[in-house]
Amino acid sequence: MSNPLNNSKTHYSGHGTFKTYLSGYILSVWLTVTAYLLVVHHNISSGFLIAWVVGLALTQFIVQLVFFFQLGKGPKPHWNLFVFLFMIMVVLILVFGSLWIMSNLNYRMTPQQIQTYMNNQGGF
Amino acid sequence: MSEPTETTLIKTPDASSKNVFGFWVYLMTDCVLFASLFATYAVLQSNTNGGPSGAVLFSLRYALTETLILLTSSFTCGLGVLALNRGHKDKVLKWFSVTFILGLSFLVMEINEFNHLVQQGDSWRRSGFLSSFFTLVSTHGLHITIGLLWMIVLMIQVLKKGLKPGTVRRLTYLAMFWHFLDVVWIFIFTIVYLRGAIYP
Repeated sequence: MSNPLNNSKTHYSGHGTFKTYLSGYILSVWLTVTAYLLVVHHNISSGFLIAWVVGLALTQFIVQLVFFFQLGKGPKPHWNLFVFLFMIMVVLILVFGSLWIMSNLNYRMTPQQIQTYMNNQGGF
Repeated sequence: MSEPTETTLIKTPDASSKNVFGFWVYLMTDCVLFASLFATYAVLQSNTNGGPSGAVLFSLRYALTETLILLTSSFTCGLGVLALNRGHKDKVLKWFSVTFILGLSFLVMEINEFNHLVQQGDSWRRSGFLSSFFTLVSTHGLHITIGLLWMIVLMIQVLKKGLKPGTVRRLTYLAMFWHFLDVVWIFIFTIVYLRGAIYP
């Protein structure tokens, strides 16, 4: 029992088995190839297609977190899950906040203002 | 006699899981770095300055091959961790070597793609879109490079000293790092390559 290798079974890496890694791998390959084939065939409208592809990516994200990282397993409390959720919050604010602000700036700047700016500055 | 052994038994896994947690926190901050680069890309992707868009430049089949190679390397890395937990030194070396070869092929494919773009005159200087593309994808490539160098160092350690507790811990971190890079690549594949093909 004093063997450190046995102790390592109680943390992160110990919870995975061959079965979990294999199912994670097969599911990920399937999700990737499905997204690729959907885009190549392009049978539905672009709006639906992008929603599908992003949905498949998010599914694969969750699949890898569960099967490769074993997130949410192991002894409670799940501090790693809390840090993860906080990261998701920061990322959402960062990405959607940037897109919102930049599209707003783009919307409020008239072509004439851009032209004046370019003339004054000699380009962007 | 029994009391000190009991405390060491309780303390050791706790301490190592704290270390793993610390590494996990690092990975989460790295996610924020990638998120800011993704946000930059999302803002700049239509600013092609009269140059080519993603639909013209990227080969979807090439990107799919890269994706499948990286995904397979993430899987073989997981098999390496399983061997690590069972203490099979030879299998650890075998699976991490396979991971290394796959990671290296991924990196070579990526450098080849960059080289091709630069040769065509579509480098990061061409447009805002290409600047953000190169920044995002090469930051991922830089992580892969560091991961590969780290893998060499750890494999030499395993080869010379065997599976010491410190080496086992570092290999566990490396495996987490490698899975993390695969997760980031899912979003690069989707947002850069697939989205680029949907909206030409």
